[in-house]
Amino acid sequence: MDFEKLSMTNEDYINYVQQKSKKSPIFKNLALAFLVGGLFCILGQALTDIFEYFNYEKKVASTIATIILVFLGAFLTSINVYSKLGKYAGAGSIVPITGFSNSIVATAIEYKSEGYILGLGANMFKVAGPVIVYGITSSVVIGFFYWLIKLFI
Amino acid sequence: MLMEYLKVFLVGGVICSIGQILIDRTKLTPARIMVVFVLMGAILTAFGLYKPLVEFGGAGATVPISGFGYTLVAGVIEEIDKIGFLGIFSGGVKATASGIAAAIVFGYFAALVAKPKLK
Repeated sequence: MDFEKLSMTNEDYINYVQQKSKKSPIFKNLALAFLVGGLFCILGQALTDIFEYFNYEKKVASTIATIILVFLGAFLTSINVYSKLGKYAGAGSIVPITGFSNSIVATAIEYKSEGYILGLGANMFKVAGPVIVYGITSSVVIGFFYWLIKLFI
Repeated sequence: MLMEYLKVFLVGGVICSIGQILIDRTKLTPARIMVVFVLMGAILTAFGLYKPLVEFGGAGATVPISGFGYTLVAGVIEEIDKIGFLGIFSGGVKATASGIAAAIVFGYFAALVAKPKLK
């Protein structure tokens, strides 16, 4: 222990901490989120293009791609790979649809020990549930106004 | 073709970067980030601003969770045009049904087979 440091004023201490603490790696985080998120999207586009190539309608092809990405997110979570990716990619692993299925599997595993119905079954949508609640609610509210406006024009 | 994929990468990357900025600056939890993105996707779609992004960036705009909001609202509007009032309620879930079902089923089985992490 350095006695000099113990007799510091508050201001000195704040300066000292700021000096010693690592610079927030905000640009590194940003670049990784951009890269990983962008790559998930490219995978989604490639899958869509492949199914379109096999004469699926654009909408159907994109839905199949979504299902595969959802599967991928769930699978990578169950073998413990997704959480490792998340440590580096941050929002790049949360924002894509794979992050949505990751949130389901991760919470489901966490609560599995509390039983299959009230543990796994009840908690799997602990994080993803709000997304569906707010998504559907907002779409119905928006739809209602759209319907209302359409009545008058 | 390469150009198309570059656009996908760009749009998807920028959307995820916005999420990263939110995480770093506001300390929002992942659940809140996802809700914010779904709401943004739905609202932007309502004002006709998300569709151009989908046309420009393809999967770059539909793979992020904001695309879920887009699909919901686009589905509701399409169904209202087709069948009227009932479409308000049926359109969104109809358009996203396969994604939600896939998330439930794959999520369930993945959690079932996974071994809980030893801490």
